[in-house]
Amino acid sequence: MQRLRVRYAKRGRLRFTSHRDISRAVERAVRRAGIPVAYSAGFSPHPKISYAGAAPTGVASEAEYLEIGVTTPCEPERIRGDLDGSLPPGLDVLDVVEAGPGGLAERLEASEWEVRLPGADPGLAGVAVEKFLSAGAVEVERLTKKGPRRFDAREAVLRLAVSEGTGRTAAQVPGQSCVILRMVVRHMTPAVRPDDVLAGLRLVADFAPPVPPEVTRLAQGLLDVGTGALADPFDLDRETTRGGETGPVGEHVAG
Amino acid sequence: MSVESIFHRLEALLPKVQKPIQYVGGELNSTVKDWDDADVRWALMYPDAYEVGLPNQGVAILYEILNELPATLAERTYAVWPDLEALMRAEGVPQFTVDAHRPVRAFDVLGVSFSTELGYTNMLTALDLAGIPMLAVDRDDDDPIVLAGGHAAFNPEPIADFLDAAVLGDGEQIAIAISEVIREWKAEGRPGGRDELLMRLAESGGVYVPKFYDVDYHPDGRIKRVAPNRADVPWRVHKHTVMDLDEWPYPKKPLVPLAETVHERFSVEIFRGCTRGCRFCQAGMITRPVRERSITTIGAMVDNGIKESGFNEVGLLSLSSADHSEIADVAKGLADRYEGTNTSLSLPSTRVDAFNIDLANEFSRNGRRSGLTFAPEGGSERMRKVINKMVTEEDLIRTVTTAYSQGWRQVKLYFMCGLPTETDEDVLGIADLAKKVIKAGREITGSRDIRCTVSIGGFVPKPHTPFQWAGQADHETVDRRLKTLRDSLRGDKEFGRAIGYRYHDGKPSIVEGLLSRGDRRVGAVIRAVWEDGGRFDGWSEHFSYQRWMAAAEKAGVDVDWYTTREREENEVLPWDHLDAGLDREWLWQDWQEAVSGAEVEDCRWTPCYDCGVCPTMGTEIQIGPTGRKLLPLTVV
Repeated sequence: MQRLRVRYAKRGRLRFTSHRDISRAVERAVRRAGIPVAYSAGFSPHPKISYAGAAPTGVASEAEYLEIGVTTPCEPERIRGDLDGSLPPGLDVLDVVEAGPGGLAERLEASEWEVRLPGADPGLAGVAVEKFLSAGAVEVERLTKKGPRRFDAREAVLRLAVSEGTGRTAAQVPGQSCVILRMVVRHMTPAVRPDDVLAGLRLVADFAPPVPPEVTRLAQGLLDVGTGALADPFDLDRETTRGGETGPVGEHVAG
Repeated sequence: MSVESIFHRLEALLPKVQKPIQYVGGELNSTVKDWDDADVRWALMYPDAYEVGLPNQGVAILYEILNELPATLAERTYAVWPDLEALMRAEGVPQFTVDAHRPVRAFDVLGVSFSTELGYTNMLTALDLAGIPMLAVDRDDDDPIVLAGGHAAFNPEPIADFLDAAVLGDGEQIAIAISEVIREWKAEGRPGGRDELLMRLAESGGVYVPKFYDVDYHPDGRIKRVAPNRADVPWRVHKHTVMDLDEWPYPKKPLVPLAETVHERFSVEIFRGCTRGCRFCQAGMITRPVRERSITTIGAMVDNGIKESGFNEVGLLSLSSADHSEIADVAKGLADRYEGTNTSLSLPSTRVDAFNIDLANEFSRNGRRSGLTFAPEGGSERMRKVINKMVTEEDLIRTVTTAYSQGWRQVKLYFMCGLPTETDEDVLGIADLAKKVIKAGREITGSRDIRCTVSIGGFVPKPHTPFQWAGQADHETVDRRLKTLRDSLRGDKEFGRAIGYRYHDGKPSIVEGLLSRGDRRVGAVIRAVWEDGGRFDGWSEHFSYQRWMAAAEKAGVDVDWYTTREREENEVLPWDHLDAGLDREWLWQDWQEAVSGAEVEDCRWTPCYDCGVCPTMGTEIQIGPTGRKLLPLTVV
C-alpha cells in the first residue's frame, strides 16, 4: 500500500473547524476526488486517513499534516490538485509527497506560531515577553476534560519575539494596528499551546489583550535546537523517493 | 443600495461560542450571488439549530430552486444558540444569513419552514435579532414579508399575528410564483406599499394572509366565523401539490456541511404523500395523493448526489419507503451499483407489512447492518384498528422472526401513548408484544443474545386528521400508563433484561397539542413564553413546561380547553378556512369509524373512498411500476 503525506492549510473562517469537522470533510473530498483510498477491514470499514497533531478549533494553520493510504499508486502532484479541488476553499492542500521510511508524527517536533493581538499595548507586550523569557519556569493552569491542570509553559518556548503590524480578519477587512507575537514551541506532554503562553504573559506582567487573539500555526517540523529553526518534515521523504520523482518505487512495485 | 456582510462583527464573537463552525457558512454547493444583480431576495430559515436545519430537505430544495432563477437570490439562516444570541445582543449584531452573512432584515422575504410547532419561539428570536417588528401590523415597507411554510403551516393560527403570509403544501412552484409577484410589484415601483403586495398574493387563493381574515368568537370561546375582511380575498386558501416529481429532481447540488449535523447522508425523496390512512398521521393526510419518483430518476439523482457530495450513505426518504412500487428493483439496482464502495443505503420509514428480508439484505449489502425499526404504534389489535394502522401481531412476529434468523440481533419498535379510546390494557399490550418478539427471536436463533427496544411517545391530535376533534389525553394519564408499562417490562424476570424502554414524560405533548390545535388567542402565550426566555422548545434541556403554563395563565388561555377537550362535529375549527383538500364530512365519518374500530384500505390498491383530495385539488395518484431497471453505472 502506498502512503501519501499531505500538508494542508486551514485558513480564514475555516479556522473554526474542529478536528472532527476536518476529518469528515477530508473523507468526503477523497471520495469526490476519486482517490483510491484504502479501507480498514472488519465490520465497519474506515478509510485509512491519519492525522498528526491538529491545530485547535479557532486557530488557523499553514502547516497541518495527514497521511492517506491508497490501493493503487498515485502521482503526488495529481493528488494535490484533485484533493485541493474537492475541499472547500479555506482548506487548501499545499504539498503532497509519497511517504518514505519513518513516521511523520515524530518529525513534527515543534511548531512556529503567530499570534495577532489587535488593540493590545505594544510596550506592555515587550515587557511581558522579556519577563517571561527570563523566568525559569511559568506555571499556568488550563481546564482540561479531567479538570484544571497546572504545568510549566516556559520550558517548551524556544523563541518568542514581539513586533507590531496590522490586524487582519477572515472577512479581509483592514484591521487596526496590533501586537504580533512570533514563537517557536516544542511539542511536549502536556502540550503547550499559544493560549498557555498568553496565560503566562498575563501571569508575569498582567498583560491581557482586549479581544480574542488571532492565532496561526506557520510551520511544524524537525527542530534545530541551537537556532530554533524548523526543517520541512517532507525533506526526508523527498530524499528517499528520489527528489519527488513520480511513480512507484521499491516495495510498492510488488504491492 | 448594496448590503454589507456583517461577518467581521460576527467573527469577533465566534471564539467565545460553542461550535463556531455552524455560523460561518461556506458549505460545499452553497451559493453566494451578487446582491445587486438580484431583484427578489429570499432569506430561508429553518427555526432550529444548524445541525438540525441544514439537512432539512424542504429548505434545501427551495434554496436551490430559487437560486436557479436568474434574478432571484436565496440565502439560509438558522436559530442561533443562546450563547451567541447573548453576544449578538450585547454587540448589536443582527440575525444573519450563513451564506453571505447579510442581515435578514435587508431581504424581501423571510421564509420560515416549520416541521414542528416547537420552532415558534425560535422564529420570534430571529425576528427580534433581525430588527423586524414582531407583529405583522407594525411592519413597514422596509421589512421583509414573513412567510411560513412546512407542515405546521397547515394551522398557522397560533402564529398568525407574527406572520405576513403562509403557504400550504409543496413549495417548489408557489415559491417561484411568489417571486414573480414580488418582482412585478417592485418593477412597478411598489404601488400601494406592503399591503398591495400582500393583496396580490392573497387574491390568488394560494397564499394565506392572516390579517385579511377576521375571527369572531361565541361567548363560550368557540370560533363563530373566520371571514375575509376585504373584497377579492377568497374565503378559503388552498394547498399546493407538485405533480410529476421527475420534473423536479432536487436536490441536484446537495449542501455538504463542515459542521456535524443530525443526518450525514444524501437523501432522495422516492415518493411524496401516503394513503395508508393512519388516522393519527397529519403528514399522511395533508400530502395526498401519492406521487412516486420513477426508478430511473431515483437512480440518476443518487448517482449525481453521491458524486456531488462525497457522502457515503444514501437515504431513500418518504412517509413509508418500502411502499414504492419498485422498491425491490431500486434497492437491488443501487446495491449492485455501489458494490465494494462502502456506500450504504438506508430506508428510514418501513412498515412491518411492506418489509421483506430480501429488501433488508440489499440495504445492508454494502454497508453496516444497522438495527431494524418498525412502528406498530398501538399495543393492541383493537388500538391499531382505531388508528387504522393495519399491522397484525402475526405480521410483526413473522417479520422480526425472519430478521432475527437472518442475523439481526436488535429490533426497535415505536408506539404511541394517549391515543383516542386507549385504556391501560392497550398500553400494557405493548409489553406483551415485546415479550413475544423476544421469545420468537430466542426460539428461531437458539440464542439469548436478542434485543428489542420499545420507544414510546405521547400522541398529539393534529389538524386536518380524523383525530382533529379528539380530546388529547392529559399528561397525568399518559405518565401513569408509561410508568405501568415500564414496571411491566422491568419486572419481567424472563424477558425484562432483553427489552429496552425509551419514553418521555407527557408534558411536552400538552404544549405541542396547544400549539397544534390552537387559534389566534394562543399567540399571546407564545409571545409571553418567548419574553420569559423560552427558546429551542424541541430540546428537553431548554423546554420548560412550567414556563408555558405560567404564560398561558397570564394570557388567560385555558390549556385544557385547547387540548383535552373533545370537539363537536359542527364546531368551527381554527383551520377550517385552510384547505388541505380533505372533505370535512369524510374526516368526521373516519373519526366515527375510528371509534367503532372500522378500517379503511389504501386507495392505491382499492377503489377510491372519497377523501376528497384528488377532485378538489385536481390531482391524481401517480405510481409505477414503470418496468424499467437501473442500469449499472461505472463507479470510479
